[in-house]
Amino acid sequence: MERDTDLKQAVLWLVVFAAFALVPVATASKYHLLLAAHILLWGLFAVAFNMLWGVTGMLSFGQALYFGLGAYSVGLMVKHVGPGWFLPGLGLGLVCSVILSLAVGLLIIRVSGVFFTVLTLAFGQLAWQITFRWYHFTGGDDGVQGIIPPGILGNGLVYYYFILILVALAIWLMHRLSQSPMGVLLRCVRQNPSRVPFLGQSVRFSQLRIYVVSSFFAALAGSLMAGADNSIHTDMLYWTTSGEVILMSVLGGIGQFFGPFIGAGVLIVLQDVMGAKTEYWPLMIGIVMMVMVLLLPRGLVGEFQALRVRLKSLVASR
Amino acid sequence: MECILKLDGLEKAFGGLRVTASVSFSVKEGELSAIIGPNGAGKTTLFNQITGHLLPDRGKITFVGEDITGLSPQQIVKRGMGRAFQITSIFPEETVLENVRMACLSRRDEALSYFRPVHRFKEATDQAFAILESLGLHQQADRPAFELAHGDQKLLDIGMALGLEPKLLLLDEPTAGMSPDERQLTRDLIRRMWKEFNLTLIFIEHDMDTVFGIAQTVRVLQLGALLAEGTPDQIRSNPQVITAYLGEDLA
Ligand SMILES: Nc1ncnc2c1ncn2[C@@H]1O[C@H](COP(=O)(O)OP(=O)(O)OP(=O)(O)O)[C@@H](O)[C@H]1O
Ligand SMILES: [Mg+2]
Repeated sequence: MERDTDLKQAVLWLVVFAAFALVPVATASKYHLLLAAHILLWGLFAVAFNMLWGVTGMLSFGQALYFGLGAYSVGLMVKHVGPGWFLPGLGLGLVCSVILSLAVGLLIIRVSGVFFTVLTLAFGQLAWQITFRWYHFTGGDDGVQGIIPPGILGNGLVYYYFILILVALAIWLMHRLSQSPMGVLLRCVRQNPSRVPFLGQSVRFSQLRIYVVSSFFAALAGSLMAGADNSIHTDMLYWTTSGEVILMSVLGGIGQFFGPFIGAGVLIVLQDVMGAKTEYWPLMIGIVMMVMVLLLPRGLVGEFQALRVRLKSLVASR
Repeated sequence: MECILKLDGLEKAFGGLRVTASVSFSVKEGELSAIIGPNGAGKTTLFNQITGHLLPDRGKITFVGEDITGLSPQQIVKRGMGRAFQITSIFPEETVLENVRMACLSRRDEALSYFRPVHRFKEATDQAFAILESLGLHQQADRPAFELAHGDQKLLDIGMALGLEPKLLLLDEPTAGMSPDERQLTRDLIRRMWKEFNLTLIFIEHDMDTVFGIAQTVRVLQLGALLAEGTPDQIRSNPQVITAYLGEDLA
């Protein structure tokens, strides 16, 4: 039975990957390609965030810190050192995200619940303030424009596939993690942290580990975003960016590994369709979220799964 | 026989309340013993200190010849101590199998593996299944733990402790909240576990049939102090214990 689900999963992976790979075939529009890239990158960011929240129960309201860190490593490297320094900037961002998340994590993981959330928000906003104020280094509110990936990656199509492969790899790694003993341990930390030490495992270390992993992949998403948009902006560090992945996770369902990815896709497409038609987009989003939380608390993927289970047992009881 | 656990002048107070009052005793390896005492006597608090959950104010705890006073619960678990809780403590959304497998993985230092899917850890999975079989929970292995009946959840809690292959197992009121029939079953089960897994086992219990039915040694706590220690017969006929706790009916 378990091999069966392994196979099903592999097929599903292939289908989704192929769908994204075929986007450039289906449309010649640069705009649609960018939209698909945004879904991939926000999807990665949201999945990484949900490893913290949905899986481990740590609601961070400050993951924009690492998303922005990745983006600004790339952007500032290109701006200050030279256009060829895109990839080293990406590497630097990833290294910095590990170091910073370790340092911040060690400081804030000792507190739990809402205090953790508030502290993550505080650190995120601090980073935003610094970036905003330090005009001659960061470009302040103007951000940095003209960030073109080097060499062949400068081609939009090539860069899209570059993103697709890295995002697929990153999400696959996190998926493996979520199904591994460590993934189970993280779920245990959420469900009953006081039992975990009596199984010989440390709650704090588990939380720190996933905080670093989640931040690393947030930074990866951010740095790739800099190349997709060809620009960075302080908004990437603002609390609304952290809020965005929370919305995506709620929309798709925090109890499912792929929920946040679906949530990201739906939110971005909705935003694209509705944003063009109505100026009341923020209001619409508010209504959508209200409906989700009140009527479909398990999120789109979660409710779909629940429906499937119900139908199955209905058929079985016949 | 060797002594596996030794308490030396253990003291613990909450504010002004003395909950552990210079408690000293030794537990022989392979012993099946009970701790009894009225509500609030400090039984659970004693377990909390032995397992590293609470730091004693004074005194020393020796486990397998090593001073473990001040070590963390994780460190003490790694040295071979397992524990089940008075208020059942499980992972409610995980399956019954997963609850026990987590313990088995932890015992094998595989709990932090982050790449191979958990169901491919064959040894840990087989061991977890074997434990569920001896507890009679194997038919419910794939159900989420929260769906289990109260009594079965208590057993699952014990099963998680067993997954650690402990040398010493501490059970806090294993039959609490069970029906008389379930009690009988659990009593037999505890005795069987004790033999099958070669455990040293200490249980806290209010149910006197269980205590006097299976314990080789009984210790009585009252107001945090060790009031008496001995065989079931000695305890049953101890006048101090009778007035303090057991009451007329057992005299
Ligand atoms: N963390 C704590 N802080 C303050 N007081 C506590 C704490 N834990 C226990 N106590 C108090 O210490 C006393 C002993 O509690 P304990 O739980 O050890 O009793 P017990 O013998 O296990 O009782 P029961 O049979 O009801 O389980 C009680 O008066 C309890 O209220
Ligand atoms: Mg108690």
